[in-house]
Amino acid sequence: MAVGKEIRTKISSIKNTQKITRAMEMVAASKMRKTKDRMQATRPYSKKIGQIIKHLAHANPEYKHPFLISRETKRVGLIIISSDRGLCGGLNSNLFRKTISSLVQWEKDGIEVDVCTVGTKAFSFFSSLKTNLVGQVSKLGDAPHLQDIVGIIKKMLDAYNNGQIDQLYIANNDFVNTMTQRPTIQQLLPVVDNETEEKLNTHWDYIYEPDAKEVLDYLLVRYIESIVYQGLVENNACEQAARMVAMKSASDNAGNLISELQLVYNKARQAAITQEISEIVAGAAAV
Amino acid sequence: MTMTVHVDIVSAEKEIFSGLAEMVFAPAELGEVGISPRHAPLISRLRPGEVRVKVSDKESYPFYISGGMIEVQPHIVTVLADSAIRAKDIDEAAALEAKARAEEDLADKTGKIDYATAQAQLLEAVMQLRTLDRFRKRGE
Repeated sequence: MAVGKEIRTKISSIKNTQKITRAMEMVAASKMRKTKDRMQATRPYSKKIGQIIKHLAHANPEYKHPFLISRETKRVGLIIISSDRGLCGGLNSNLFRKTISSLVQWEKDGIEVDVCTVGTKAFSFFSSLKTNLVGQVSKLGDAPHLQDIVGIIKKMLDAYNNGQIDQLYIANNDFVNTMTQRPTIQQLLPVVDNETEEKLNTHWDYIYEPDAKEVLDYLLVRYIESIVYQGLVENNACEQAARMVAMKSASDNAGNLISELQLVYNKARQAAITQEISEIVAGAAAV
Repeated sequence: MTMTVHVDIVSAEKEIFSGLAEMVFAPAELGEVGISPRHAPLISRLRPGEVRVKVSDKESYPFYISGGMIEVQPHIVTVLADSAIRAKDIDEAAALEAKARAEEDLADKTGKIDYATAQAQLLEAVMQLRTLDRFRKRGE
């Protein structure tokens, strides 16, 4: 029957799309489980090292590490972590929007910004803007290694030590739960304890072995690395979760579209049949 | 009741131990340290070796760590290990093999190998075996 040929092809093409989105949803769901495990596995370490650093900020070391000293801000460094692939809802655009608003604020205050990007999406977005891009890594996959990002971290830390930048920030998505991912911008350097200022008045300091400088150098670099790495694995888990949700709603929408089109198609077919019957009846009556 | 201190041991991959202990032994950079409750604040790097958590007179948990940091506060001890395993989970065959390989590398006089890496590997393997050895002696 020649009725509704276009509608039928439309329906079948939407069905094909739905198959793809459903497959992507399932892939994302299984990947999410893995990336989430990875994220939770590294959380205790970064939490503990964060606590130690917080203690350290309250201590009174004889050796003041440059990472612990605030200075006047003329230029800041920013590490932006994004996904490599798209089709994950508003994950990257939410993060970029938040980042842009910070960039605008800094510009207003006359502060220049050096940007480092992780992931293809951030790179293509921020290289098209008028930002000062100093480094990028991408295509790290679902199981990134610390070694992959050590390069850009070192670059930023060197810039901080040389006085090229006075503050270092990291922008990434925080994994709250499967439905919620929160874009955050966090200050890495100088290390500040921005939680409740419970200033201990007692003057105390650690015993350092072998000596303060060596221990602090090692510990602080470790700390920064672990935060950036944690940011990366969190962002990975966010990406998979966001993709899963986005693909699920895409599949649902495709389903709705199909049932609407099916209705239109059935009506058209019914109308054609009715018309045909009435033509036959009319023809028979004329004879 | 004896005094206890809260001990957390985490490696880069996961949390290994969390709980109260009477004493903690760790291979600090300048020699082995034993930490009792209310120890003065201390931060030190750790060498590869055995970290032992003494929970009570009868019970203690040995771990092998490949290096890291220890932070001591009067009521909390945190061990940040690069990698950590329970002594009973040490793969003896793999450690022996790693030791043999490292020794072979060190014996190689052609200068092709990285001397420092081989030495570090040897140290790790030897410390794993020693941790396992001590664990067995105590346990059985």
